[in-house]
Formats: sequence, structure tokens, C-alpha cells
Amino acid sequence: MSETAAPLDFFRERFGVDDRSVAATLGTALERRVDHADLFFEYATSDSVSLEESLVKTGDRHLEQGVGVRVQSGERQGYAHTDEITLESLKLAAGTARAISERAGGPGAVAVHPARPSRDLYPVATPPTEVPVEKKVALLGEIDAYARGRDPRVKQVMASVVSQHRVVLVAASDGTLVGDVRPLVRLNVSVIAADGTRREVGYQGMGGRYELARVLDPAAWRPIVDEAVRAALLNLDAKPCPAGTMDVVLGPGWPGVLLHEAVGHGLEGDFNRKKTSAFSDRIGERVAAPGVTVVDDGTIAERRGSLNVDDEGTPTQRNVLIEDGILRGYLQDRLNARLMGVAPTGNGRRESYAHLPMPRMTNTFMLAGQDDPADILRSVKRGLYAVSFAGGQVDITSGKFVFSANEAYLIEDGKLGAAVKGATLIGSGPESLLRVSRIGNDLALDRGVGTCGKDGQSVPVGVGMPTIRLDQITVGGTQA
Amino acid sequence: MSQAAVGPDLILVVDRALARARAQGAAAADAVCLESDGLEARVRGEEIDFVSQARERTLGIRVFVSGPGGLRSAVTSTSDLSADAVDRMADATVALAKATAPDPTAGLPDGDFATDLPDLALIDPRDREVPIEARIATAKQAEAAARAVDPRIVNSEGSQVTTGFRRVAYGNSAFFRGSFESASHGLFSEPIARENGAMQRDYWMTAARRIADLEAPDAVGRHAAERAVRRLGAKRVPTGEVPVIFDPLTARSLLGHVAGCVSGYAIYRESSFLREQMGETIASERVTIVDDGRLQGGLASRPFDGEGLPTRRNVLVEKGRLRSWLLDSYSGRKLGLPSTGNASRGAASAPGVGTTNLWLEPGDLSLEEMIARTERGLLVTELIGQGFQPVTGDYSRGAAGLWIEGGRVVHPVEEITIAGNLGEMLRAIDLVGNDLLWLGATAAPSVRVARMTVAGE
Repeated sequence: MSETAAPLDFFRERFGVDDRSVAATLGTALERRVDHADLFFEYATSDSVSLEESLVKTGDRHLEQGVGVRVQSGERQGYAHTDEITLESLKLAAGTARAISERAGGPGAVAVHPARPSRDLYPVATPPTEVPVEKKVALLGEIDAYARGRDPRVKQVMASVVSQHRVVLVAASDGTLVGDVRPLVRLNVSVIAADGTRREVGYQGMGGRYELARVLDPAAWRPIVDEAVRAALLNLDAKPCPAGTMDVVLGPGWPGVLLHEAVGHGLEGDFNRKKTSAFSDRIGERVAAPGVTVVDDGTIAERRGSLNVDDEGTPTQRNVLIEDGILRGYLQDRLNARLMGVAPTGNGRRESYAHLPMPRMTNTFMLAGQDDPADILRSVKRGLYAVSFAGGQVDITSGKFVFSANEAYLIEDGKLGAAVKGATLIGSGPESLLRVSRIGNDLALDRGVGTCGKDGQSVPVGVGMPTIRLDQITVGGTQA
Repeated sequence: MSQAAVGPDLILVVDRALARARAQGAAAADAVCLESDGLEARVRGEEIDFVSQARERTLGIRVFVSGPGGLRSAVTSTSDLSADAVDRMADATVALAKATAPDPTAGLPDGDFATDLPDLALIDPRDREVPIEARIATAKQAEAAARAVDPRIVNSEGSQVTTGFRRVAYGNSAFFRGSFESASHGLFSEPIARENGAMQRDYWMTAARRIADLEAPDAVGRHAAERAVRRLGAKRVPTGEVPVIFDPLTARSLLGHVAGCVSGYAIYRESSFLREQMGETIASERVTIVDDGRLQGGLASRPFDGEGLPTRRNVLVEKGRLRSWLLDSYSGRKLGLPSTGNASRGAASAPGVGTTNLWLEPGDLSLEEMIARTERGLLVTELIGQGFQPVTGDYSRGAAGLWIEGGRVVHPVEEITIAGNLGEMLRAIDLVGNDLLWLGATAAPSVRVARMTVAGE
């Protein structure tokens, strides 16, 4: 299943979908005057096993199949989706979707040209969903024993392995006919540690678009468990976080969620076409300190946020969003690119066939700078060093974003001090990156666990960052 | 509501899955089949943004396989409901269950399945006849009303209507069969105000089982716009400890946190800060929290829960005292207690515990009176971020709202956080409003927490 021509064969064999039925359905849509019509076929299997109380109590397996038919006319989109992949339901859906255009169109003939993506960023010999469940169950047992063996204060271990195998096919009125086969695996480990009456939780995970065998390797999962245990034990001794405005150093990797919230969402094409983003009409302006370059790159092999083609059939690419502090571009899907008169950037994504595509991030990160991370820490007189985050959220329009640290330390006179818990960072997207005063040479990407929510749709994403220093950011804690 | 109205097809799918699972050696099984028809449409200004229509059917199967030391279980779902696919999935469920560990606690409920199917006013059949155009027209009305409020309302993320009709059939190998129909309708409006180059958005919404029970579109647009306009000119405030009033929209989120911390799963996993406090005072005496799955017309009302047990009214917190966990049969057995009828069950998810209609009983003060009684403090109207930790109760979230000085609102506030510990916050609730507001299945009036840390300048 790793060859990229396979999706068309797959849908032909299973559902009788071929280039002629696809062309006929698009033809139905094009009987009205429309700008674009497309079909998105999906067949997705997933499974997961999870452990708690040292038992793999249950496993689950899911099959999701369906097709979405979309028609665009000006700014309007009509969409219909069904879980029945038959010619009849396709035509019905096309008839529903085209209702947003009131004007009669052409004869409705269209030819599609089967193409294959020019690369495969995530070939796998065995889809993760085909790996025998016994192996996944055995892994969780080993993780449980290992975690409990690390420290007697470990009281609860919860772990899960999630596998996905998604086959998609996109056909569009411009002749596009391209498919993608997308594996995805994820391991989650969460640990509760107790000492006296105090209880704290630690979490770590890993994942990506690769063979499940990667996760089964002790050399891969042991450090994940170590991290979860370490975080839980650390929090047992953590003090309440101070509140107020201070200098903050963010560690490499997962703290890149800052970029996702502070600038990433605000640079999505839909918000900028509608001029509802705090970044609207600001291309060419300075939005970050000199030296700050932020890219969104959907082409990194095996990454959780990567795609061969996006969910509209556009090949993904490396997009420079901010270059040396200057805003260079937005993330686009086909609709918003057409309406803004620019090219799509390969960022048209959707949760499933049951959802309309939107501009979304892939893997978003800041390029490395020159500074030694240790020097960056030494440069702060009094502040906060945050190395891990639970997640964040942004108000696109006001630009205000927030993200919550689950591992952070005080910095006193350039040295790491006590661990603190409950730190929440809040800032203004268009201003926060202007406060970057130091950029480390230690760019790292996260471990492959990010999920981004927008308009009720979840998609897997990646983030990354070198160590950076942010001057005078508001830190929310309980100690006023 | 009646079984006849649902028709036999969904129950037949359930029957087939159960029979096949039993034939494959399952000791017990249950299955749920869901069908939904939905419409969603968004309007921006006078233009349609999108119209989306959907029809989905999903089957969820759970099986239990006997083994030494307990039952092994697995859960599967499929959107392919052909006879072959159902059989294959049932087979796969049994095979998957055999790979899991025996669990002495696992199994279907021991009995007491729902015997009555009360009419909970979950659907108005006439709503099926309402044309799409009429629903879209209400979104246009909300947009127009929002923009008419103030010349500074210059843009929007749009106004969105949703309409969904749903049929649920559930059956298990203990011979329970049940089905019901429901509907939900909603209108959501999110206008944008601009002044001096800065923009602010806010929203308002309405949701109900019957279209006739929705708030008027003009009112939805107007409320949303008034909320957006009043945020213009927002600024930060100094860091300090002050009283914090949560308006009904934001107070709902506190109830969600409490519900997560009284879920039976969080209790037996010892992952809730409330795990050892049953029967104790966990909140001020002004706090009474109720979950009721049989509220007439309630957005989460249903005659039976995800395991076929009757839904009911559960008082979780009574005048500050913790009275009940939220339980399904599994978490109940773990704690030596009967289910509270709170099993939730999506077709594609394992059964778990969920709230139904959840609310905080109102007090007798208006929000205006609560503000008047606050010398200096914060009225929170929006919260962002996920800064709540159920294991410890630690709470720290981004906030926006209005600043209160001398008992009146003086200016809007943004880019601040509020922090505390949920246990301490619940005990520090010293005022509860009379403005209980149902915008979804969880509802709250305004509440004031006597003291929280606000981080700003």
C-alpha cells in the first residue's frame, strides 16, 4: 500500500470509483456556473489499545468511509457528504452542493488526469493498523512495568498506542486526480506520582507517520516513559508560579506551540481574506524581531504534520511566513488563494470527508539562531524558564494568545531555580515575537504529539523552536 | 417519541451485530446504531459563506469474551453498514477482545434497564419541513442585527445555523432494546468591532431541541455585537488579588471542570482532587449542582443512557456538600456503587461517563447587583487556554472581561490571566446570580469568587 498510485486502484476495486464516474459527478456539479468543484474520498481505519491499573482492559477499532462533494462559486461553498460511496449518492451530493450557485453553467464535461505525488514522505511496509494487536498490548505491559520500576512514588500509569491508516483520493474540476496513503502512529504515556497527600501528573508522548515498529523499540519508548515519570516527580516539589510581567526563556522543541498560537493561526488565509486577523494587510511589515524566521513546512519526512498532498490535492511545500522579522506570506487553501489572487500553498486541510477544508498549519517552527542556550539562560536576571506546555489557544481577531506550561523553573541571577507549576503565558500575537531578544542554535522539533483544533475540526500538526528569550511577557500564576 | 417512528432498520443492524458477536463466542455484547441528518450554513454580511449537508450512519459494537479472571472486552465502529461489513466488524471485535486482559469488573449492567420511554420533547416533527432557505434567512437576520447595533461593527466571522436530526437505537445481549429520535437546532453569531485600528470579536448563541424555542435571530446578533463593542479599548490591569465574577458563559466552564472531577473514572483512577471528599463540604453553601437527563426539552436529555439504564436527576453538590459521583456501571462497580445513569456512548467511542443537562442552581442577585457589590474586581466574559489540572485542581487561564471599580464597570480588560485552585475557588463563591442561562447542555448563572490572582502588568 505504500505506492502512491494505489489510492485510485483502491477506490476502484472497493467502490467501483473510476475516472469516468468521478468525471460524471464533477459534471453534475458543473451544470451550474461555478469556479471549482472537487470530490474527496476517504477510507480510514484506526485502532487503539490502552492500559490503566496495569491492565490492557480494552481495545478499539474503527472504520470510517465516505465522500464529500464541494462546489465553489465566488466566496460561496456548497458541501454535501455521505458515507455511501456509490455513483447514485455521489450524484445526489453533487446536486445538493451545486445549489449554492443560482446560475446555469456549461455542458458539465470535465476530464480528470490521474497523477501521483512526486514523492512519498512516509512510506511504510506495514500499515500500523495491520500490526498484530498482541504486539501493542505487550508494549503497554512493558511500559507499565518499566514506569513503576522507575520510582516507588509512581502510583498510576496510563498508556495508549493509537494507529491510523488513511487512504484519500481527491478529484477536481481542474483535472486533478491524486491520492495519498497516510499512516500515523502515536504513543501516550501519563503517570501519576504521589508523595504524602500530594499528587501530580506527568505526561509524554511520541508519534509520526512511520512504521509502528519504531514505537515498539525500547530505545524509543523508554526515554518517553522516563520523561513522563520525571515530570510527575518534579511537580511533586514544584512551587506555585509567580504572577506578573517578566523575562521568559522558552526551551527548544515543543514550546514552539508559541509560534502556532501567536502567529500561525493569525496567518491562515481565511482570516486574512476576510480581514478578521490581527495580521490582516500586514505583508511586508515587521512583525518579529530581526533574526526571527518562521516557516511552515509540510514536506518533512515522517513528521506528524506532514502530507504528500494536502486535502485538496495540492502538493505541500515549505512556506516562509516570517523572514528575518518581516511578514512574508499566509497559509492558503484553494478558495482563499483564488479570492486573494495568490497561489495555494498546500495548506488546505480537513479532519475527514465530513468536513470542509480550511487553511491549516502543517509543521510550524522557527529557524535556529546563533546563541548558546546556556548563555541565553545566563542573560536573565529574574524570570521564568519554560520547557514543556500543555497547549494553547488564540483569539485571532484581538491577537491575544495563551499557553500553559507543565514544566517550568524560576530563573534567578542567570541560574535555574525552583520548579514551578501552573504557569500560563499570555501575550499579543503581533507583538510577542517583537520581544524575542535571543535565539538559540538548538532548533528541535516536537516529539510528534500535536493536534490542532479550528472550527471544530482536529488535524495532526507539528511545532518546533530553538531556545529563545522573550522580554517582558505576562506570566499568570497564583503568587501575586 | 416512539419506537415505530424510528423504523426497524437501525434496530435490525443492532440485532445483526449482536447475533453475530454471540455466534462468534462473545459472552455478552451491546451495540448502538446512530443516524444523523444535518445542515450547517454560515452567512457573512449578506453573502452565504457555505452550506453543508450531511447524512451519516454509524454502528458501534462492544463485546465481552469470557476468560479466567473476568471478561475481556473490545469496542469497534463502522460507517459501512452493509451486512457483510457488520459481520466482519463483529468478528473483528471478538478477535480484538481476545487480545485484551481479563477484567473482573467488566461487563454489561447487572439489570434495571430502562422500562419507560418518557416523551422528553426532544423533537418537533414539523421542523423537518422547514426549508433550508428559511434557516439561512435567520442567519442573515442575525448578521444584519449585529451590524445595526453600532457603526463600529464592521466585519464578522459570520452567523451560523445548524439543524440536526438524529436517531439512536441501542440493544444488548441482556435483551434490552431501545430507540429514540431527537433534534437540535442552533444559531451562532460572531461579529467584529473595530476602533483605532484594533479589532475585537465576541459571540452569542442559542440552541434548542425545537426551532420555535430558539432565541430570536435579531436578539442573537444584537447580544453578540454588544459584547464585541464593549471590548473595544481593552487594556491590561495591574497584577494582584481581587474578586472575580464569571458571567454565565464563562461560569459554565467551571461546572465542566467540576463534572470531570466527580466522574467515577477520575475517582477510581485517583486522578481527581475531589477523590476523597464524598459527603464533605467542597464548595460554599450557595453552590448546588444538578445533573438531570430527563429535563423536558433538554439538549442532553435522553430516556436511557449509553448502557440502556434509565436516566435520572442526580444532585452532585447540595449547598456545598459533595453528594454524588457521575457513574456508569463500570466505574460504579469499581467504587461499589450503582450507576447514576450517566453512561455516555458515541458510536465510535468506548462507553464512558458523561454529564447530561448540568447546571448550577441560581441565586437571587442580578449581575448588576453583583457588580454593585464589588468594590474593585474583574468580570470575566471570556476564557482561553487549557490551564486546569484535575489531579490537583490547579487553575490558570487566559481571560478577557470588564474591570470594576467602585461597584461599576469602568473599562474592558484583556491579555490577563486568572489563577487559583478550583477547590479553593468553589469554597470562595460568595455570590450567585439569578441569571441562569441555557446556551447548551451545561448552564450556569453568574458567580463571584471572592479572591483570585489576576496577572497583568
